[in-house]
Amino acid sequence: MAGQNCLIANDWICGEYVRTRGQELTDATLQHVGITFASVAIGLLVAFPLALLARRWRGFAGPVLGATTILYTVPSLAMFSLLVPVFGLSAAVVVTGLVLYSLTILVRNILAGLAAVPEEAREAARGMGYGPVRLLFGVELPLAVPALMAGLRIATVSTVSLTTVGAIIGYGGLGNLIYEGMRSYFKAQVLTASVLCVALAVLADVGLLGVQRLLTPWARSGRRVKKRVLAKEAVA
Amino acid sequence: MGVVERTWEWLADAAHWSGTDGVWHRLGEHLFLTVVCLLISCAIALPVAVVLGHLGKGGALAVNLSNVGRAVPTFAVLVLLLLSPLGTMGSLPTVIALVLFAIPPVLTNAYVGMRGVDRGMVEAARGMGMTGRQIVARVELPLAFPLIVTGVRSAAVQVVATTTLAALPGGGGLGRIITAGFRLTDTAQVVAGALLVAVLALLVEGVFVLLQRLLDPMRGHVTAAHA
Repeated sequence: MAGQNCLIANDWICGEYVRTRGQELTDATLQHVGITFASVAIGLLVAFPLALLARRWRGFAGPVLGATTILYTVPSLAMFSLLVPVFGLSAAVVVTGLVLYSLTILVRNILAGLAAVPEEAREAARGMGYGPVRLLFGVELPLAVPALMAGLRIATVSTVSLTTVGAIIGYGGLGNLIYEGMRSYFKAQVLTASVLCVALAVLADVGLLGVQRLLTPWARSGRRVKKRVLAKEAVA
Repeated sequence: MGVVERTWEWLADAAHWSGTDGVWHRLGEHLFLTVVCLLISCAIALPVAVVLGHLGKGGALAVNLSNVGRAVPTFAVLVLLLLSPLGTMGSLPTVIALVLFAIPPVLTNAYVGMRGVDRGMVEAARGMGMTGRQIVARVELPLAFPLIVTGVRSAAVQVVATTTLAALPGGGGLGRIITAGFRLTDTAQVVAGALLVAVLALLVEGVFVLLQRLLDPMRGHVTAAHA
């Protein structure tokens, strides 16, 4: 059978592999999605208050940005290895490491988004009697959505790709298959898992872009904004 | 005894610094890989970015390239190359994987820097009769310099951190100290390895900040490009 042959010949592309290991591939993909989703969701939950604190107290901003930048220079391999004594061999290790990485991008982008809110919009809201909480959720956050979503997209795509390194402790989603495939010299497994991983990243990116469009109906496709930026560039 | 003390002891032990598995040897490998990959990436990415930026073409390529670069896991690329016929050629797979990883930040930043040059200045240079080549060399490159170096700098820091992945398939570099420590469940060694890589990354960042200050062709001139 031709299908069997490609497994024996160790071809890069092998339909038989996908057919016989479908369950394994599905499980790995689900683990990958789960780890990525948990990491980005927790990252967002942690980054948001951090960004608000950094905005409220200027003295807090330097240390927060500095610490998150230093975290980013810690190699993922080391990050996961270092967290093992804390959590044992579990998915929590990978999720925590990825949360820490995502903070760098998310905190910066939330801060940038909030800083870009026009002062006039704030003044107008205050003049209409908005309190600080309503101002934040009703005016500032919606206006910061584009920058926030840009950060979220970068963080998500990087997280999908970094999750693979979790394979060293056995919780790397599709990375597990790549790691195993590397050890057993199984070409079809490595290529299939890699392609799925890139596809996941692209899907996540496109999905988030769709969410952003839904959240900002006033900036339809951002074409007007782009034009304005270009015009500014030409004037400057 | 806490992890901090044990890490310190690990680092203070001279036996851990010598030999093939020693810190000095691994550090040498790490630096060699980093420098080679960075040089190759710059040699490929900078000319392309400068030409595209000067012509004002390929903006979508420059932006998409950095997005694609982020989506493709370096680990997967490394393993794919290892299993390909190139896999038998020593550290070549590692070098290729890291070069592919470093090109996007270098190219995108250099392109944005070239495009960010004040159009008025370029027009003025053209009005003075400068050729395209002269405009690139005397106007656009000096003004785009800070952003170009920023791109190289962030690529360098990321390459230093990512070179550790070369250790997974048994390549060289400081990552080997981390993987060995992980296998021996020696937390102190893992912390020591991570610390060495982080310090190296911060040192590289520092060197580039200095270079940027010292070499900036616009040093001492007041321009808006320095924002």
